[in-house]
Amino acid sequence: MSRLSGTGMTLAYDKRVIAEELSVEIPDGSFTVIIGPNACGKSTLLRALSRLLKPTAGTVLLDGADVHSLPTRTVAKTLGLLPQSSTAPDGITVAELVARGRYPHQGLLRRWSAQDELVVTESMAATGVGDLADRNVDELSGGQRQRVWIAMALAQQTPLLLLDEPTTFLDIAHQIEVLDLCAELHERQGRTLVAVLHDLNHAARYATHLIAMRGGRIVKAGRPGDVLTAALVEEVFGLPCRVIDDPETGTPLVVPAARRRAAEAAKAEV
Amino acid sequence: MMVLRSRAVVTGGVALLAMAAVAVLTLGTGEFPIAPADVVKTLVGQGNAAQSFIINELRLPRVITAILVGMALAAGGAVFQSITRNPLGSPDILGITSGAGTAALAVVIVGGSSTQLSLAAVAGGIAVALLIQLIGGRRGLQGYRFILIGVGMTAILNGIMGWLLTKGVQMENARAMLWLTGSFDGRGWEEALPLLGVLVVTIPILAVACGPGLRMLEMGDDIAAGLGVPVKRLRNGALLTASLVVACAAAAAGPVQFVALIAPNIARRLTRAPGPNLLPSMAIGALLTVGADWLAVHSGYPLPVGVVTGALGGGYLIWLLVSERKAGRI
Repeated sequence: MSRLSGTGMTLAYDKRVIAEELSVEIPDGSFTVIIGPNACGKSTLLRALSRLLKPTAGTVLLDGADVHSLPTRTVAKTLGLLPQSSTAPDGITVAELVARGRYPHQGLLRRWSAQDELVVTESMAATGVGDLADRNVDELSGGQRQRVWIAMALAQQTPLLLLDEPTTFLDIAHQIEVLDLCAELHERQGRTLVAVLHDLNHAARYATHLIAMRGGRIVKAGRPGDVLTAALVEEVFGLPCRVIDDPETGTPLVVPAARRRAAEAAKAEV
Repeated sequence: MMVLRSRAVVTGGVALLAMAAVAVLTLGTGEFPIAPADVVKTLVGQGNAAQSFIINELRLPRVITAILVGMALAAGGAVFQSITRNPLGSPDILGITSGAGTAALAVVIVGGSSTQLSLAAVAGGIAVALLIQLIGGRRGLQGYRFILIGVGMTAILNGIMGWLLTKGVQMENARAMLWLTGSFDGRGWEEALPLLGVLVVTIPILAVACGPGLRMLEMGDDIAAGLGVPVKRLRNGALLTASLVVACAAAAAGPVQFVALIAPNIARRLTRAPGPNLLPSMAIGALLTVGADWLAVHSGYPLPVGVVTGALGGGYLIWLLVSERKAGRI
């Protein structure tokens, strides 16, 4: 039994049902990546796992307890979340923003401590934003800003960390930078990471566990090498492609079929 | 971090000192002018009997009311602007003040007592807050949705107020209009003490219990929830508490315009700190109302304080819109 799982979930926004009878298990210590076409329910699944969305049926279990029956602070000490859109308040510095990750560890009586300070410094060092500590967050580049948000999530010191499309709006170099950082956190700090990613090749390269979704269902889950095949990409995304070995890592590399070749293949089938 | 905190302390301290200075000037002003030094002497109990009577009995209650009203409006405004994540999200614009005004007006028209008027004002403000939550609350209240609902409420309530005024007799209308403008004339301990009581209870709730969570909420609902903030409960609780504070201020002095809107904005600009800036805002709010009251008294014509804050606040709002536009934030 893994620490985080969902069983028989029906996920819906108001009346609009996104997924039914959805069950998922996040292997402990994994870097799990969820992939799938737009509107397949991958972000919705992540929202459900992070208890932002309450399933209309079924349960999300965190350490064996229904996540919605636990006090929010208790959950926040186990399960960290980096949503897609967050606003850095005007005029906040990097160190202050990262310090906000300590919120669940503080209470009415327990305020800022040396331990908090230490964790914030470590989180900034781990994400390489230590030098930016006194800078305003508004002045940073997109990649730097994303690293600051990740640092904030790290400061929360949760064994589980969920990231919703952490590479969106970043250029390719910054995407790799953020994913490398995630992989490092996963390997060195032993955290369980769950991320929604759009880029299949990034997913294949960084994930230890891959979940492919379509239409609110999990089509396949497992090791990237087993999950990411040409047949699966065709089934899930409707995209004809070839899957070859990534020359850098040996993980699957999806090469979409060229338009003319796809047309020829279609003709040959007729 | 320490830099920002000390800016907040300096801002609040300077505003409080300035406010105290203006208060001393105001206390010395009137049919029997008293020099500032004598005012201070009298306040600490060293004045003669006549001065003591004029200042402590006649003029002090009014100034204390002005201070408390300024603090209350600014505190409410700071919380509202933090919740709406919008510098325009103040209780005047969201209809809380209009709700208090409409209910109070109805009481004036039927010839109710001052106590009934105050209670009605509080009830009216709270009712609007509840109504806004009811209309907008299903998906959570945020940003522009919240503000647009409030603007709609204000428009409806202003219509009702206009209708009520056509129903009233002339003498009651004069009393009603004076109340609706906001004024400290004739305000005394019976207005100041209940408001003080409300502030003593609510400000610690807003500052200590809600403050940290509200700072998290400024980053977005999802991230706040991820950090363990009970988003809906906190927002509704803070909103109702802030509405109560604002409605009580309106009950004490009428809907004094714009203080709730501009005090937190000024505070934020001066402290440059994120978050509601509750305490610095309150200091600025008190400075604004006491200063506006001093201007009103010195205009040579008995202006109600609401006219002064309205004129100052309107000007500030235009300046804010223009400067934010230049900075590309609107």
